[in-house]
Amino acid sequence: MADRLFTGLIWLAVAVVTSLFLWLLGDIVVQGLPHLSWTFLTEEPVNAGRAGGIAPILVSTVLILTVALAAAVPLGLAVAVWLTEFTRQGQQTARATQLSLDVLAGVPSIVYGLFGNAFFSIFLGLGFSILAGGLTLACMILPVFIRTCEAGLSAVNDDWRKGAMALGMSRRSAIWYILLPAASPAIVAGLMLGIGRATAETAALIFTSGYVDRMPESLLDSGRALAVHIYDLSMNVTGGDPAAYASALTLIIVIVVLNTLAQILADRWFSRRISLS
Amino acid sequence: MTSSDPSVLNAAPANPNTLYTLGDIKLGQSCCVPTPHLRVRELSVAYGQQPVLSDISLDIYKGCITALIGPSGCGKTSFLSTLNKLCDLTPSARISGHIYFDKQDLNHDPVDVMALRRRIGMIFQKPNPFPLSIRRNLDLPLREHGVRSRALREQKITTALRDVGLWEEVRDRLDSSALALSGGQQQRLCIARALVLEPEILLMDEPCSALDPISSAVVEDLILQLQGQYTLVIVTHNLAQAKRVANYAAFFWMTERVGKLIEFGQCQHVFETPVHELTAAYISGAKG
Amino acid sequence: MLRRINSGSSDQKLGGLLAVAAGFSGLILLLIVVFLGKESWPLLAAGDWPALLGDSWYPLEGQFGLMPMLWASLAATVGAIVLATPLGLAGAIFEHFYAPTWLAKGFRLVMALLAGIPSVVYGLWGLTILVPLITQIQPPGTSLLAAMIVLALMILPTVALTSSATLAAVPRDLLAGAAALGMTRKGQILGVAIPAARAGIIGGVLLATARALGETMAILMVAGNVVQNPSGLFKPVRVLTANIALEMGYATGSHRAGLFASGLLLTLLVLVLAWLAARMIRRHSHG
Repeated sequence: MADRLFTGLIWLAVAVVTSLFLWLLGDIVVQGLPHLSWTFLTEEPVNAGRAGGIAPILVSTVLILTVALAAAVPLGLAVAVWLTEFTRQGQQTARATQLSLDVLAGVPSIVYGLFGNAFFSIFLGLGFSILAGGLTLACMILPVFIRTCEAGLSAVNDDWRKGAMALGMSRRSAIWYILLPAASPAIVAGLMLGIGRATAETAALIFTSGYVDRMPESLLDSGRALAVHIYDLSMNVTGGDPAAYASALTLIIVIVVLNTLAQILADRWFSRRISLS
Repeated sequence: MTSSDPSVLNAAPANPNTLYTLGDIKLGQSCCVPTPHLRVRELSVAYGQQPVLSDISLDIYKGCITALIGPSGCGKTSFLSTLNKLCDLTPSARISGHIYFDKQDLNHDPVDVMALRRRIGMIFQKPNPFPLSIRRNLDLPLREHGVRSRALREQKITTALRDVGLWEEVRDRLDSSALALSGGQQQRLCIARALVLEPEILLMDEPCSALDPISSAVVEDLILQLQGQYTLVIVTHNLAQAKRVANYAAFFWMTERVGKLIEFGQCQHVFETPVHELTAAYISGAKG
Repeated sequence: MLRRINSGSSDQKLGGLLAVAAGFSGLILLLIVVFLGKESWPLLAAGDWPALLGDSWYPLEGQFGLMPMLWASLAATVGAIVLATPLGLAGAIFEHFYAPTWLAKGFRLVMALLAGIPSVVYGLWGLTILVPLITQIQPPGTSLLAAMIVLALMILPTVALTSSATLAAVPRDLLAGAAALGMTRKGQILGVAIPAARAGIIGGVLLATARALGETMAILMVAGNVVQNPSGLFKPVRVLTANIALEMGYATGSHRAGLFASGLLLTLLVLVLAWLAARMIRRHSHG
C-alpha cells in the first residue's frame, strides 16, 4: 500500500470520526436549542415533562451531587494523604487499599446501582432517596478521585517536606499549610472529573434515587437527576423528545464547562511541576 | 549582629613603600570560648544492612563554626541529620552511640523532637523555600511554635530578614511568592526562616554549592556574621571556603566502605599541620 | 532541659484517623461483594448454577438462562471494538504523526470532551436519528447494529486517548532511526511505532472492551430489548446490563436474585478484562 494511500486513509478516518461527532453534537444543539429557555430551566415539568421545565430536576441533580461530594471529598483526601504521607513504599495495608480501589474503579455502573439499592436503599433503609443516590455516586467517584489526589500529592517536592520537618513543624501542619495547597490544582482537577462522571451517571441512580420529578423537600425524598430525566423522556414519554434534547443540551453544557476547568487546572499543575522541579 | 570580638587581630598588609617591614603576624582565627555545645560519642549510623558511619566522636563548640570536610559519600550529611534527628524520617535508619545536648542523650532519652528542631535548625544544599509568600515562609514556623501575637511575629520576621541582609531587597514585596527570588536570595530566606526561631545551633549541608559564585560569597559573608551568636556546623566540599570560614574542622573519609572521622581539631592546625597522612593528602589535593 | 514528651503524638493520632478512613474505603469493595452475594444467594444456594447458563429467560416461570443475553453483550462489544479500534487508532496516529500541533491539541481536547458525554445522550441520538435510519434499510431499527454503532462511538475516545498516550511514550530515537533509514512515514508508523506501542494499545483496547461490556443506558435505548440469541445484525437483542436495568424495578424473590447473579457475572468478566489490560499496559511501560 502506497504511503500516500495510507495517509489518505488516516485523514479519511479522522474525517469520518470528526463528522460523526459533529453530527451528534450538532443534532443535539439544533434540536435542543429551540426548546431551551430561561423558563425551561426554572419551571416544573408539566404533562410528564413534555412541557414546562426541569427546575426540580436541576435541584435534585445538584442535591445528589452535593451529597456525593460531601461524602467522597473528605474521605478521598484522607485516604490520599494517608497513602502518600503515612505509609511506606510497598507497605501491605497500602497496597491492599490501592488494589481494592483499582478494582472498584472497574465495576460497571449498573452494578453500583444494584449495590446501592441493596445496601443504601434497603439495608440502611434509605429507600429511593437523594441520599441513597448521592452515597452510591460517592462510591463510584471515590477511586478515581483518590488516584488523582495521590498523584498530585506524590508530585509535591520532597524538599518541602524535609524543610518543614527540619523546622520542627508537625506532620499535620506541613500537610495542611504546605502540601495540600501545593497539590491543590491536581485535587481540584480530580474534583471536576468526579463531578463530570457523577452528572453523566444514570444506571446507578435509577434504583437508588428514583424517578420522582417533583421538587424534593428533603434529602430523603426521591429525586430525578438530569440524566435520568433524559432517559425517561426519550424512552417512556411519547412526544418527549424536544424536552429530552433540551435537557441533553443543558447537561452537555455543564459537562463541557467542568471538563474545560479540569483541563485548565491540570495544565496549570503540570506547568507548575516543571517550573518548580 | 556582627561579632566584633576585639581580640581578633587582622594582620596588616605589608606596605611596599615603607622602609621597614613588619612580618605577618600569624594569628589563628580567634575562637569562641571552647565550651562544647554538642558532644558526639561513638556514633554509628546504618541504613538497614548498609553501614554508613562508624564510631564518630567529636565535640561541637559553642559559638564556633565547625566544618565537616571530606569526599562525597562519607556520611557527612547523615551525620548532620542525626544531630537534629531528621534521620528519624528514614525508617531503615539505625543509630547507635551518644549525642549529648543540654544534659540529654538525643539517641537514648525520649526527646521532644519538635522543640529540639527549634533549637537546632537546618539549611539544605538546594534552597527549599515553601511555595508560599515570603512573609508566610517565616510566619508559619513561628505560629507552629506558639508565637501567638501577630505584632511579635512581624517583629521577629523583620529582625530575621535584616539579619540575613534581605530586608532592603524584599521589604516591599513580602507577600509575593518566595519562589520568585533568585537562588542566593532563596537560600538566605531559608537561613532567615531558621533564624526566626532563634535557634542555638545551625546545621548547614553545603549551603553554597547550589548557588552561583556571587550569591555564594554573600551567603558566606552571612555565615561569618552569624559566628559567635550561633553555633554552626557546615558540611562543605569547598576546602578554600572551609579555610576561610571555619574555626574547627572535622575530616571524614571512607575506610572499608564506611565513613570514619580521621581528624578533628582547630581549623588552622588541620589545614596546615595535619596529624594524619590522609588528611594531608586530601588537603593537598593528592587524594579525594 | 528538653521536655520529655513523646513528640508527634498528634501526628500519630492523625495517622490513625487517616488509616481508619482508608479502612472505610477498602470496606466498600467488601460490602459490594457481600451484598451482591447476599442478594443472589437464594438462586446460587439452590445449586442451580447451570440453569444460569440456560437458553431461556422466563424469570416469572423460574427460568433464568442468561446465555442469549450474554451472547448479545459479547456480540455488541465485539462489533463495537471492531468498529472503534481502527478508527481510534487512526485518530491517535493522526494526532502524533500527521497533525500540526494546534490541530493535535484540539483533537485531543475534543476526544477528552466526548469521553465525558453521558451515555443517555448517545442513546438519545441513537434512538432519534440512528434507529430511524436503520429502519429504512431493515425494520425494526432497534437492533444489534444500532447497539454496535452507538457503543463504538462511546468507546472510540477511550481507544484514541490510550493509544495516543502509548504512542507518545515511544522513544523518539526509535523513530529517528527509522527515518534515518529512509523509511516512509507509513513504514515508520506501521513498522516501528505501532509494534513498539503494541502492548499499550492492546491494553487500551481491553480497557475499552471492559467499558463496553459494562455499558447500560445507550444500548438499552437502541437495541430493542428482546431476549433472543443474536442471529442477525438487524434483529433486536437484549444485553445483560439492559436486562438488569429493565427488570429491577419489579423483580422479587428468585427473579431479583437472578438479576443480582447476572450482575456478579458481569463484574467478574469486566474485572478480568481490566486486570489483563493493566498487565498489558504495565508490560508496555517496562518495554
